[in-house]
Amino acid sequence: MSQLLLDVNGLTMQFGGLKAVDKVNITVKNRQIVSIIGPNGAGKTTVFNCLSGFYIPTTGSVLFKGKEIAGMKDFQISRQGLVRTFQHVRLFSNMTVIENMLVAQHRHLNTGLLSGLFKTPSYRRLEREAMDRAVFWLKEVNLLDSANRESGNLSYGQQRRLEIARCMVTQPELLMLDEPAAGLNPNETKELDELIIRLRDEHEISILLIEHDMGLVMGISDHIYVIAQGMPLADGNADEIKNNPDVIKAYLGES
Amino acid sequence: MGKLYNAIFSAGIALVLACLMIGVKLDTDGTTLKVHGASPEQWSWIIGGIALVFLSQLFADQIDAAFGKIPKPNLSNLIPEGDKMVRLKPWLLAGVFVCMVIWPFLVSRGSVDLATLALIYIMLGLGLNIVVGLAGLLDLGYVAFYAVGAYTYALLSQYFGLSFWVCLPISAGMAALFGFLLGFPVLRLRGDYLAIVTLGFGEIIRILLNNWTAVTGGPNGISGIDKPSLFGLEFSRRPSEGGTTFHEFFGIDYSSTYKVIFLYLIAVVLVAFVIYVINRLMRMPIGRAWEALREDEIACRSLGLNRTAIKLSAFTIGASTAGFAGSFFAARQGFISPESFTFIESAIILAIVVLGGMGSQIGIILAAIVMTILPELAREFSEYRMLLFGLTMVLMMRWRPQGLVPMKRPVLELK
Ligand SMILES: Nc1ncnc2c1ncn2[C@@H]1O[C@H](COP(=O)(O)OP(=O)(O)OP(=O)(O)O)[C@@H](O)[C@H]1O
Ligand SMILES: [Mg+2]
Repeated sequence: MSQLLLDVNGLTMQFGGLKAVDKVNITVKNRQIVSIIGPNGAGKTTVFNCLSGFYIPTTGSVLFKGKEIAGMKDFQISRQGLVRTFQHVRLFSNMTVIENMLVAQHRHLNTGLLSGLFKTPSYRRLEREAMDRAVFWLKEVNLLDSANRESGNLSYGQQRRLEIARCMVTQPELLMLDEPAAGLNPNETKELDELIIRLRDEHEISILLIEHDMGLVMGISDHIYVIAQGMPLADGNADEIKNNPDVIKAYLGES
Repeated sequence: MGKLYNAIFSAGIALVLACLMIGVKLDTDGTTLKVHGASPEQWSWIIGGIALVFLSQLFADQIDAAFGKIPKPNLSNLIPEGDKMVRLKPWLLAGVFVCMVIWPFLVSRGSVDLATLALIYIMLGLGLNIVVGLAGLLDLGYVAFYAVGAYTYALLSQYFGLSFWVCLPISAGMAALFGFLLGFPVLRLRGDYLAIVTLGFGEIIRILLNNWTAVTGGPNGISGIDKPSLFGLEFSRRPSEGGTTFHEFFGIDYSSTYKVIFLYLIAVVLVAFVIYVINRLMRMPIGRAWEALREDEIACRSLGLNRTAIKLSAFTIGASTAGFAGSFFAARQGFISPESFTFIESAIILAIVVLGGMGSQIGIILAAIVMTILPELAREFSEYRMLLFGLTMVLMMRWRPQGLVPMKRPVLELK
């Protein structure tokens, strides 16, 4: 049996009387693209918040690489190799693109006050390595030309790509993307599509994706989970989901 | 219409405050309290003041426009850009340093003394700037760490006879420790709550120093604190037993000016050291993390940055700078008491940071100089010091809310 990268069991998140997420199960294997879809307000982002430690789940277990991470602090979880983006872009907009990429590597760089104050050789080496990693990922998302621009001045599509690069430079094993295609034009969506597939096939990571763009989801997902009103509705591959009467009803009922 | 309402409201508030604070006075008459009204002359002043408030609110837009016409010298443009700066910088810095060293030999003793005081405030301003300007944490009790530094040196010197140079790092370390201990529980708090807790902490330290008479001498303070020595050479008229004095060693006549200049030079070196460290910090990962945390805390958390540790580092480093300044202050003064560490000191240091332009080091240096020298120039107005202080703040906020020299971040460039 190949070990599961992520194994979510009976995840429930209650806000007062509202069960925003109710007994959701998700599994992600290595080198898989898994999507979560569902109508607006279904609780998809709340699932992400629970997995990434922003909320502490009311009940349920979250195993990442076989280790329980529910209840861990957000920064501890991301250090395990589980990193996310946000539904609304969150860049350090007064900082340049390259600086954004370095902040993401803070943990690797921040080795000690004294080594930094005196610029010891080991500090310089770490800094150079971090720079190289940043350059590598900026090249991957086609942003190298904008490296010295202030990130707040980038176009929306570029900001989205920078957000992904900034996650990737932390060397995660599971990348969680919250509606990465929202607000992108068809061209940019196609580039994003290719990027996500490349992340899986070349960089060998897994991706958990929340997305409303059905074309994108159906085209790239290895497995799809549907959530409605916090509860799991269905799961399966693209064809199974497309033909599932419950799913069709949930989406038609919404509109 | 809204304007008129606003103006009436402001005038009303001014009236209430003026009546309470100036209009009535309580006096003890034997065992009873008596209420006195203000004199007619005072009343005419009060009414004039209220009219001024009313009119200034009513014509706020016009006044703002007039303020807008006052040219704003863009001080940050005086600093050359890019490559030119890189070439000029070492010369510029060397030049400034040489001037700073030669200058005290040309002017009066009083000016040198005042300059030393200004240097202390520069150190404090730069230290608080790490906390407020760079990390974005509002600390209203900064003076507590200043006090910790000062008392650390005073007590170690009094009880154990340790020298200034030994105590300097110990004081910084003690202040850092206090910063760490305070910061650990309270840095979870946000904005205003943090401000209130730090305000309380500042008062606690002062009251502790005031009441722990057995150790700190209470309100009487500690006097006769040793001055720093130059490689063991003392600057007193007569050497302590087994010691040598500076003038004897060099075979010159005794003059107390040497001591003043020596203290000034120490302050210059300390300030240079603090500036160097802060400049490095701003270019180091930790400095970038402060900035990032100020911009978007949630993004930081999602990228594996431990926000408590990062805030704590800013708080601790800021505190240690105050400890540094504190121990030098104690050495320079030779006498300290809780009086020197009241809330108003915290307020002045914060004002230096805000007036200078949060985060900007040159701005803070200018503001610290202005804030120490102005009160000296305007000695005849010393009774109105706080009033002038408030007025300066109001005018600055109207004229230049971003401070004298708005911050410019050292930007890291690729290749
Ligand atoms: N912190 C919170 N406190 C209270 N209720 C919350 C909180 N966070 C989310 N909710 C509620 O949980 C439900 C699910 O919200 P969530 O943001 O997870 O939906 P979503 O599936 O991401 O929707 P969308 O597609 O619009 O992004 C909503 O009804 C929302 O109001
Ligand atoms: Mg959402």
